[in-house]
Amino acid sequence: MAASTRIEGIDKLAGRERYIDDLDIPGCWWGMTKRSPVPRGTIREIRFGPGVDWSEFVVVDHRDIPGPNQVRLIELDQPVLASEYVRHVHEPVVLIAHPSRAMCRRAIREIEIIVDPEPAALDFRVPPAPEQIQHGPDNVLSHLTITKGDAERALRDAPHIIEGVYETGAQEHVYLETQGMAAWEEDGTIVVKGSMQCPYYVLNALTHALARDEKHVRVVQAPTGGGFGGKEDFPSVIALHAALLALKAGRPVKIIYDRAEDMACTTKRHPALVRHRTGVDSDGRLLAQQIEMTIDGGAYVTLSPVVLSRGIIHAGGPYACDNVSIVGRAVFTNAVPFGAFRGFGAPQSQFAGERHMDRIARTLGIDPAELRRRNLIRDGQTTSTSQTINDGTDRVAVLDTAIRLADAEKNQQEDRAFNASHPYLRRGTGIACIYHGGGFTGSGEVHLASRLHVAALPDGRVEVRTATTEIGQGMLTIFTDIAADRLGLDRSRVTIADADTARVPNSGPTVASRTAMVVGKLVEDACDDLRRTLGLDPVARGGAVTDAIDNWYRTHPDREPVGRAQYRQPPGIHWDDETYRGDAYGTFAWAAYAARVEVDLRTFQTRVLGFQTVQEIGKVLNETLARGQIAGGVVQAIGWALLEECVWRDGAMANAQLTNYIIPTAADVPPIGVHFLENPYPHGARGAKGIGELPMDGPAPAIANAVADALGVEPDTIPLTPERLMELMTHARA
Amino acid sequence: MRAPETHSTEIHLVVNGESTRVSVDTDERLLDTLRLRLGLTGTKEGCGEGECGACTVLLDGLPVNACLVPAVQAAGRSVETIESIAPDRLGHMLESGATQCGACTPGVVISSHWVRENPHLLRTHSIRELMAGNLCRCTGYDGIVEGLAAAIDAENPDTHDNGERA
Amino acid sequence: MKILTPNSIPEALRMLKDGSPDARPIAGATDLLVHWPDQRTSHAGPFVDLSRIDALRGHRWTEDELVLGALTTYWDIITDPRANDELPILPRAARTVGAVQIQTRGTWAGNIANASPAADGVPALMALDAEVETAGENDTARVPLDAFYLGYKQLNMQPGWIITAIHVPRRRCDFSSFIKVGTRNAQAITKVGAAVTHSDAGWRVVANSMAPTVRRCRALEDALDRGISIASPDALIPLLEQDLAPIDDIRSTAAYRMNVLARVLFHELAPVCPFIGTTSGRNAP
Repeated sequence: MAASTRIEGIDKLAGRERYIDDLDIPGCWWGMTKRSPVPRGTIREIRFGPGVDWSEFVVVDHRDIPGPNQVRLIELDQPVLASEYVRHVHEPVVLIAHPSRAMCRRAIREIEIIVDPEPAALDFRVPPAPEQIQHGPDNVLSHLTITKGDAERALRDAPHIIEGVYETGAQEHVYLETQGMAAWEEDGTIVVKGSMQCPYYVLNALTHALARDEKHVRVVQAPTGGGFGGKEDFPSVIALHAALLALKAGRPVKIIYDRAEDMACTTKRHPALVRHRTGVDSDGRLLAQQIEMTIDGGAYVTLSPVVLSRGIIHAGGPYACDNVSIVGRAVFTNAVPFGAFRGFGAPQSQFAGERHMDRIARTLGIDPAELRRRNLIRDGQTTSTSQTINDGTDRVAVLDTAIRLADAEKNQQEDRAFNASHPYLRRGTGIACIYHGGGFTGSGEVHLASRLHVAALPDGRVEVRTATTEIGQGMLTIFTDIAADRLGLDRSRVTIADADTARVPNSGPTVASRTAMVVGKLVEDACDDLRRTLGLDPVARGGAVTDAIDNWYRTHPDREPVGRAQYRQPPGIHWDDETYRGDAYGTFAWAAYAARVEVDLRTFQTRVLGFQTVQEIGKVLNETLARGQIAGGVVQAIGWALLEECVWRDGAMANAQLTNYIIPTAADVPPIGVHFLENPYPHGARGAKGIGELPMDGPAPAIANAVADALGVEPDTIPLTPERLMELMTHARA
Repeated sequence: MRAPETHSTEIHLVVNGESTRVSVDTDERLLDTLRLRLGLTGTKEGCGEGECGACTVLLDGLPVNACLVPAVQAAGRSVETIESIAPDRLGHMLESGATQCGACTPGVVISSHWVRENPHLLRTHSIRELMAGNLCRCTGYDGIVEGLAAAIDAENPDTHDNGERA
Repeated sequence: MKILTPNSIPEALRMLKDGSPDARPIAGATDLLVHWPDQRTSHAGPFVDLSRIDALRGHRWTEDELVLGALTTYWDIITDPRANDELPILPRAARTVGAVQIQTRGTWAGNIANASPAADGVPALMALDAEVETAGENDTARVPLDAFYLGYKQLNMQPGWIITAIHVPRRRCDFSSFIKVGTRNAQAITKVGAAVTHSDAGWRVVANSMAPTVRRCRALEDALDRGISIASPDALIPLLEQDLAPIDDIRSTAAYRMNVLARVLFHELAPVCPFIGTTSGRNAP
């Protein structure tokens, strides 16, 4: 079936899509945020400069918060506005609003936050000094373990033990539309509209801190210019700020971050340090994996425990090993809080795991692909959480297809000859085998209990009502097509309601590669339920559905027929949150990536010459959109692997500009080869599994492995900037 | 605090083929003139530092970042924004998946439009070099490059590719 | 804050005098307007916009010079077939500046006047022995570009004067090379850069992002002119250090800059200089 085109595509291409910054809201004032100048300390004084007529401004601080001064997410530790104490640079303290944005900019500089500084904890990799401890006895925010078999004993008996330490840096999302939110009060209801992934997260945060019930809060997603996780948790903060200003001002207030504020003050990917100690036999079979993963939790808990959870669950890789011990820690620091970012811990842990597989291969003198073939999970074997995999996917074939498409064996021969003769260019190929669990972890989806409605409209169309958001991934198109397909209607007869909490049920957040697989399935279920409501038999399609809608409205003109669906866990899934054992995900997507690189030994720059991906994602719902997800994810991951470095100074990002935080341009990346294998998942929409995060997991290790192949060094830290590679090579030579 | 000192002046320019008079602050950016004074919000602000290209418009037929152009420098000149592009020119980019979140898209389309209007540029430049001023975080660029290449091929049936154009 | 829009050079000079000492000329504005909403109040101004002055527009080829009017953009040179043919180092340098959207706006004269140590246009011009023509209310001057910088952001030009043109000798180079090592392939600020030419006038090696100003590497030029043997990239470093002093900043490190410049120059020069590199086989990278 030819891929249908993106529903809102022409509007976006023609520049007609209206993002929050494009909306002209009558009487709207501009809001701006004054932030902490230091990473830790007690607020002694807030000075409002004498050169400003403050009577023209609305000024909000923590005393203006009607409810608890807490951003409700997992923990309640993060204040909406700091009151007496600051825990990170750029922590919001005071908000102002004024009709003129230029006046806001001037006035914000006339506010001074005087803080008595205290010793900040800024390096999560080293144990804190006593004066840096601010959380529990040791600054550990979250501690999780996975145990399978007896890794300690198996390591004692293993013929070979291979160790490695791997490090990954923070990554900025760089969604092209910066964070923005508007708020106003309407008949006693506070309305918040803006750029976000998860309207009900925002609703949840607003009801809590504003001390209102759900009836008096309404959250509406505006068209959203990219998220990648950056608009999962953070929008709650800016939404609260806009709402507080709007309530005090008694008029609409809009906050739009400029790029510098967005980069410096919003969340990033958690930096991570991962240690591997692996026992193998002489054939390279994994006997024991001992893994320690530490992530920088930043100054507030945000989503760190769940990021850590997904990180450690994926840390062992798609391999069978009987003895596994994984320990994860999220450590408090006085860094600007880290948050959700595509992959959610799994890219960090799988970078380490896949680099480590290459180190094992090199140590034992086994071809890296062969080492992986020997260890990839076969049906009937278990993951590190003891989840039995039995999906019929041939994971070795996934890998071999990638190797074949990349022409890896031929390239490697050519590259050896090239490397022997070229004065300064060196080429190499690297692979990575990855997996990514779709949907929330463990019993997460059961707790979410996502809901979705499909209503029949009087004009004969059906409307899908869901809080799942379009953030560029193609949700509008996918859901339209699923509903059209399920009911046998033309896609023009299907419409998707705005993600407005006053109109749509809570379908859970737009995260975790769950949209097509989990919520898409709810679209199918709700369509089936609509059929039942209309009194149709389960296979009725097309004209029968349209006729039934006509008939319905003839007999019940005042009652709308609605099909309802709620998440039901597929049978046979068992997860134990206490022991971290069981079925971590309903299913995994599997992939193998092959990168070919060229390193310039004059400049230490690494160029990706070719990149091939093969993924088994259940069922491809829309080829164009799926390719876009993979190619886009791979390029974002190439950036993370080679270019994107957050430079930190005293807990603040020193390079918070697009001039100095470098993401790839079209001229920096090759065309990305995208190849799908299908093995439909019975509990996903039309057989789909998750796809969005998968491509973030594999490119970095594949590229680092390719550099290792080219140069014979072990690049264990990313981003592998030229400066870092130069140091590594100088060190290796010394 | 007094309001920031501003000086206004009236400029005349041709926007999307229409002769336009608009009063601007002498130090305002063309981007703000287009978005705030003329309501042409298709042109986006992505970074305000000439890096991302989301605000690309054509000034006298050449692509520029509207965030780096003082409005007064556009006086007497022609400006083409995304609003000037006919929807029937967008089919190739739609088919290829050139847009995802859409925030970079108007700038991408304007740059692509310029390349399509000047296919001779491909004798000296690759598509990827010509499009390197437009950052996109969603597509990985393949959807953009393929859509543009397809459009150029369709519009220049006699030209044959003699090299690695993309 | 004001932007003034003169229509002639005398008018511009008068405005600069009236606005002294804070008045500054602007042309393409690609450096000035970065983060403008936040920056605009930090300039006392006024800015004197030269873009309407016809006398500064365009470039022309005379018998022995390419003359770049002060408003000549990078794109003007990128798209000039004669420049590509005769002085290819100029379009090559121009194509590394930002991306097309910057190349169509940024001017060669602005690149000189902005005086960034990372300027990409300046080394190419300097390696061609370009001269800067400047004008004040009652006088004009012509200064070799390599004598135009007195220190970081300090120009060898009277206050209130402007650059009116750049004169590039149409001298045949039998070797020219432009090197830019940036953070990525386009839209990058130079971390390590150099322009190298050889002509009847001898060797020119000009480095950017390696010192407080774009600077000629005279010790290396002298060694090249004399044919002194240089066995390895490391052997270039003492020569480069006589003229350059790179620093650590958020984009790179001093060690990287020096090391990489030496390596890149070595491999650029080795194929054309018999006295550089080992006598046979593969050069050490």
